[in-house]
Amino acid sequence: MSSMSLAMRDTAAMVRRDLRHSVRFPMMAVSGILVPVVFLLLFAGVFGRALHAGIGATAGSGRYIDYLAPGILVMTAGFSAETTALKVCTDFRQGIIDRFRTMAIARAAVLAGQAVGSLTRAMISAVLVVAVAVGLGFRSSASPVAWIAAVGVFAMLAFALTWLAVAFGLQASTPAGANGLSLLVAILPFVSSAFVPTATMPAGVRWFAQNQPFTPVITALRGLLTGGPIGPSAILAAAWCTGIALAGYLWALAVYNRGPGASPAALAR
Amino acid sequence: MTVSRLRKSFGKHLILDSVDLDVTEGTVHALLGPNGAGKTTIVQILSTLLRPDAGEVRVAGHDLATEPGLVRAAIGVTGQFSAVDNMLSGQENLMLMADLHHLSRAAGRQRAAGLLERFDLNEAARKPVATYSGGMRRRLDLAMTLVGEPRVIFLDEPTAGLDPRSRRTMWEIIRGKVSRGVTILLTTQYLEEADQLADDITVLDHGTVVASGTPDELKRLIPGGRDLDDVFFALTGKPHAGQENPR
Repeated sequence: MSSMSLAMRDTAAMVRRDLRHSVRFPMMAVSGILVPVVFLLLFAGVFGRALHAGIGATAGSGRYIDYLAPGILVMTAGFSAETTALKVCTDFRQGIIDRFRTMAIARAAVLAGQAVGSLTRAMISAVLVVAVAVGLGFRSSASPVAWIAAVGVFAMLAFALTWLAVAFGLQASTPAGANGLSLLVAILPFVSSAFVPTATMPAGVRWFAQNQPFTPVITALRGLLTGGPIGPSAILAAAWCTGIALAGYLWALAVYNRGPGASPAALAR
Repeated sequence: MTVSRLRKSFGKHLILDSVDLDVTEGTVHALLGPNGAGKTTIVQILSTLLRPDAGEVRVAGHDLATEPGLVRAAIGVTGQFSAVDNMLSGQENLMLMADLHHLSRAAGRQRAAGLLERFDLNEAARKPVATYSGGMRRRLDLAMTLVGEPRVIFLDEPTAGLDPRSRRTMWEIIRGKVSRGVTILLTTQYLEEADQLADDITVLDHGTVVASGTPDELKRLIPGGRDLDDVFFALTGKPHAGQENPR
């Protein structure tokens, strides 16, 4: 068998392991999947009217839920990444990871297993968010092709944030440290066009909101789903996602290859 | 397995200073030494977990620096801290190992069943490892190491913290493997363990080899030395940690 197909088998074994963890101890996975739905309900049901009144009819249909849903989808990828960082951080403190390191298995397989599991959770979460949004009145004008493109954009973002999360989880020495990522991915979408148009923000904030990575992704998603203008956002989104994914992957692999958890206790022996 | 002039330091801290080892195929070699002597570091280097600063290492005939993949394919490691997946059952842990060794589904299942039987884990096979006792966890740990039928096995303090009965079971298993031609490098603080199991012993202190030889040769080193206890004290100036060795 070629080394490529062996690597695939190793990765498949790791994915099964990760999914089994999620099934066996569903608390973390389920809460990660449900949090975006809670945010959707909060922003649609609690703040929705006030925000809508404040920004006027910006969305294509003029309804806030149509404006909001793509923004929540982006947050979904972020929350899922947060769960992944925590999971990786906890998992890599287990002794079995050192066992993997001493085995003749593809080096990236251990990490790829986590990444595929994470991507699966993000997708499930996104389907749930869309379903609830439709229940709340979200109507998409998208053609089937535009829907497929939207799924692609979401998957791209989720993939990029996943690798960033794997790297964060590996780098952080404690689960609390891994939470640092959550701050980044939970706060950044607020300073974007997720909830209100950037034009309503003060100049400095507006510049940041317009040029941070989440905004082009949201704009592209929104354009695909509700027919707004996309412009250069698609290419910008692809560039950001590629960059983040590549940086996250290389960072994660470097930390993993650095060797076993070099804790002071381990060194003392 | 040969090791020559192995050096490793962490920052300014010199952990191993020019360590030589020669382990004959099909024998048990014990690394004996007090805490901080560098035993675990040697195992971590030989099992490809850590890179040495200097020195030459061949494991199962392969050069550690240039062929780490081939070394990994030949070895099995049971470390000091259990390397099991607490969220999976014993059976699932073994099947995971079988998958990673690219065994077929049927072959993996068969090997897992055999190991569960041999290691007396049948009853708990479907329970999550988190519910296992310390002894069961160690047995599973070793069973997982054996799934790939390694030619060289590293055991880092395999019986630390085990009750006398579990310790004895462990020794039986180790003897069984050696009788089938497997090479074992074992670290231990228990002199009795080294005496019972090892064909050769290397005594380490502060990252250097202070003595090596068969258990009998070591005992003869010290005038009036009755057992390894006296030898250990004379060589390292420390009473060993296994004082209250269960018997």
